[in-house]
Amino acid sequence: MTDAPTDTNPTDSAARTPEPAAPTHRPLVVLEKVNKHFGDLHVLKDIDLTIGEGEVVVVIGPSGSGKSTLCRAINRLETFESGTIQIDGVSLPDEGKELAKLRADVGMVFQSFNLFAHKTIRENVTLGPIKVRGLDKDKANERADQLLKRVGITEQADKYPAQLSGGQQQRVAIARALAMDPKVMLFDEPTSALDPEMINEVLDVMTGLAKDGMTMIVVTHEMGFARRAANRVVFMSEGRIVEENTPQEFFTNPKSSRAKDFLSKILTH
Amino acid sequence: MDAITQNLDLFWSGFLRSLTICLWGAVGSLILGTIIATCRVAPVAPLRTFGTAWVTVIRNCPLTVVLVMFAFGLPEIGINADFYTFGLAGLIIYTSAFVCEGLRAGINSVSAGQAEAARAIGLTFTQSLTQIVLPQAFRTSIPPVGSVIIAMIKNSAVVGAFGVGRDLFSVGESLTSAQGYAALPVLTGVAIGYLMMTLPAGLGLGALERRVAIAR
Repeated sequence: MTDAPTDTNPTDSAARTPEPAAPTHRPLVVLEKVNKHFGDLHVLKDIDLTIGEGEVVVVIGPSGSGKSTLCRAINRLETFESGTIQIDGVSLPDEGKELAKLRADVGMVFQSFNLFAHKTIRENVTLGPIKVRGLDKDKANERADQLLKRVGITEQADKYPAQLSGGQQQRVAIARALAMDPKVMLFDEPTSALDPEMINEVLDVMTGLAKDGMTMIVVTHEMGFARRAANRVVFMSEGRIVEENTPQEFFTNPKSSRAKDFLSKILTH
Repeated sequence: MDAITQNLDLFWSGFLRSLTICLWGAVGSLILGTIIATCRVAPVAPLRTFGTAWVTVIRNCPLTVVLVMFAFGLPEIGINADFYTFGLAGLIIYTSAFVCEGLRAGINSVSAGQAEAARAIGLTFTQSLTQIVLPQAFRTSIPPVGSVIIAMIKNSAVVGAFGVGRDLFSVGESLTSAQGYAALPVLTGVAIGYLMMTLPAGLGLGALERRVAIAR
């Protein structure tokens, strides 16, 4: 970010503030004028967003605001009608092998874990490296064991996903994504399906990743994580990015009325 | 029961002939059915249309009509083969439509998240289908596809009646009509022959289902 963006759009001039200085050098994920409809519902409206290398961006907003759709559009699990999304300078291809190649560089962690039910924990982590990166099995296993250790799963490598707790499954899902050495990691409400006592074990792993310099886009309701680990908070409402700011600024001094309203609902109890 | 004991070798060779038809029929229709099911879930619209058309046309035609078309229709347009090949091809194509739908039930039972996770780590459509979706779909598909295969074993009698010859059903037919044996004991023997295929098939499918069962 060499120069601060100028506010020219009168409709959200009150909300948009200059982007905070992120510990970043070059833009890694760039969305320009992205639009998407579900039938008549306009779920993404002219989304412009640039995420720099090493930046941790937390996307928050009320349910139905389009934040999950935004996250999923970045590796084209959702299609969009207009606009462009670039990852490391390359536009998302429509389908086929090129898209698969690009997706391999984008790690994704889902709300419902989505570990491969018929494969062991270790096989879940090694499948991508073996089938997509062409790694040999021994090397893939070795790396899988390192990654599983990193997310705190050591004894369960030969079990099946259904034998693990939700928190453990989600940590395996993070290891599975990391095994591809992704340039950026997407988290789509990674703790929303977890029992409360398991949320922290997942957030701790994510905080560790953020500290290690991983570029992350995180859709979440965990405000504590946003405060602790994010460089920037993006607030969405009704398909638009309404406000973006540093966590500290955003939580203590929200500009838009919708953000104020949202924060008052989630922070008062 | 003399009708059976006196002609045991005939029954046995008929049984083996029918068994051969059924084994090739099962292998062929499972492979073809998997290909058609893949077409029906493919991201390419023309493939989906092809798969849907295949199932719609073939599933809704009687087997006898399909077989007559093969045996007598194809030679009219210059495609010639023996009755055995035509009969087997007709049986495979007819059964593939049902295998396809049984498999599709299995594919639909695999949660969308499994395929999404597969795509998200960079697997191609074919890879996510063969590595993630189909292995899980096969498990769920064992009961419906198993029923289809058992029905196919019985349908092989129709193929026999269409002139393939020397199969279990044809043996019964020739013993009763040409050699004048009483129908009841002969057909009892024929029925036992078919049960010797369908009952083990059913047991085998049950065992297979228990073996690959997995917690989700």
